Amino acid sequence: MLDVLVRSLVLALHISDGLLSTSISALFWILTVACVAWAVQRTNRALDDRQVPLMGVMAACIFAAQMLNFPIAGGTSGHLLGGALAAIVLGPWAGVLVMTCVVALQALLFQDGGIVVMGANIFNMGVLTALSGSAIFYGLIRLTGRQSWGLMVSGFIAAWVTVVLSAALTSAQLAASGTASATVVFPAMIGVHMLIGIGEGLITTAALSFLLATRPDLLPAWLGNELSGKSRPISTRQILGTGLVIAVLLALLSPFASSAPDGLESVLERLGVAGSSGPTATSPVGVLPDYTIPGLEGGLSTILAGLVGVLIVVAIGYSIAMLIRRRRSVARDTKSMTTS
Amino acid sequence: MAQQLLDRYIAGSSVIHALDARVKLVLTIALIVCASLLPVGAWLALTAFTALVWAAIIASGVGLPTILRRSLLALPFLLVVVTVIFSVPGRPIFRLPLGFVTLTATDAGLLRFITIVWKSWISMQAALLLTATTHFLDVLRALQALHMPKIIVALMSFMYRYLFILVEEAQRLLRARDCRSAALQGSGGGSLLWRAQVTGRLVGTLFLRSFERSERIYVAMLSRGYTGELRSLRAQTLDRRDLRVGLVVGAILLIITAQAFVG
Repeated sequence: MLDVLVRSLVLALHISDGLLSTSISALFWILTVACVAWAVQRTNRALDDRQVPLMGVMAACIFAAQMLNFPIAGGTSGHLLGGALAAIVLGPWAGVLVMTCVVALQALLFQDGGIVVMGANIFNMGVLTALSGSAIFYGLIRLTGRQSWGLMVSGFIAAWVTVVLSAALTSAQLAASGTASATVVFPAMIGVHMLIGIGEGLITTAALSFLLATRPDLLPAWLGNELSGKSRPISTRQILGTGLVIAVLLALLSPFASSAPDGLESVLERLGVAGSSGPTATSPVGVLPDYTIPGLEGGLSTILAGLVGVLIVVAIGYSIAMLIRRRRSVARDTKSMTTS
Repeated sequence: MAQQLLDRYIAGSSVIHALDARVKLVLTIALIVCASLLPVGAWLALTAFTALVWAAIIASGVGLPTILRRSLLALPFLLVVVTVIFSVPGRPIFRLPLGFVTLTATDAGLLRFITIVWKSWISMQAALLLTATTHFLDVLRALQALHMPKIIVALMSFMYRYLFILVEEAQRLLRARDCRSAALQGSGGGSLLWRAQVTGRLVGTLFLRSFERSERIYVAMLSRGYTGELRSLRAQTLDRRDLRVGLVVGAILLIITAQAFVG
């Protein structure tokens, strides 16, 4: 019984058709198409004709590698999803494309996962795992600083987090579509995948250290540079990009945040400052009243409101930064003029 | 070997097999979208969709039992959906004491559960019929005609071509591991960490072999005149008869879906 339950939860990362509402499927198709188009553009820039057979065979390799398993206990077995490994070894954008092909082929050829919900599946198991896996690995390996154990720890944590994130987003989609109860599906999915993630992490680190020992020339140049100490500092754009990805993910998870008032609000309410009218109801500048889009209902509205909010904050922050930069350069110009 | 075990294509010469892959793909997607749009309790529409899919399966000659048996593979997944029976508010039908908590099933929850399962089951059968009657390379060509990015189509056709070879490679690795790791019945054999490490090395080995294979493939392609573009001999004209079939079935799908919202 436990065996069946665990296996069904593992399978549950491949969402079937009919289990997501049409709006959630559409939303994730849009996100997936945007990310994959970006990845196509990024890889096309660096793509020579050698890359097509390489990435095609690597996609088949990830598919086959998912069959390599090891017994854990009680008839269950650990195996690889491969998103983090593909992204670390092939680079994030090639990783996105390879994982997209793996998930799409699983759906089209083996019916592991549906066709209309494929956008969500590709996002959960391809885009999210490849991008978050490489970002976490890249960040951690810089923190641990060229120690031999740094590669192990970074690889393990990156792989573990991708699996858990993937499970969390899948649960969020199921709950937002009303096809599963959030109070059950979140703890069950995340709990099981925290265990599965350990297998993923162990296999990923073992595979990475094997590759590093046998063919270090195959690993991407930046990884070699990191380990040998020749690396560029992190650029502002990378920080901005990582922050934006995290903000968008949080926005997507926002409908599942506690609907109870946060600390400040509850204190205000208790003190009687915020009356029955509430600050949002009377506020003259209520663009997104109570974090929803007027005229839209439920979780989708909260998600969209969150995304709009992220965009507004990014735009404001960016323009302030540009303004400061211009001020500074103007000040520098006038200073240099007066001194000369 | 692996191809015969894994590939779900069933060769045949029925009307469904002969229908243009683009029409089949668009109709399958349309049916799944229509099914996912249906409200809870649209039994007439769900029955009509089932009848439509079953008629197509029977016409294709791949055998209704085969498709139904394959569609059972998704069943374990429905354990996740079972939770809606107890979470949707409604009139209580029965209680399920589970030791520490008692779950209360509601009528609204049960109706939603049946609708979701039915939708999912129909969609699964439609997708299974598509793969059973359309060769995967034709599905890829159809995707290209529907403006899937060229590089994705190229990657997936490579992937399909080498999938079964690499699956066999993985099976050989597993067999070699089994031959070298004898264990008594019942005793685990090695610590968990060790087992994971061995599997990780298998993954690394598979990765290396795939990489080297891809280099050999690239050299072989170059020597046959590869310039970075993949060409196909298959003509891409859409038969007028196929187009008509597509339009008629599409209209039927729309009518069924619209009926569920009007009725």
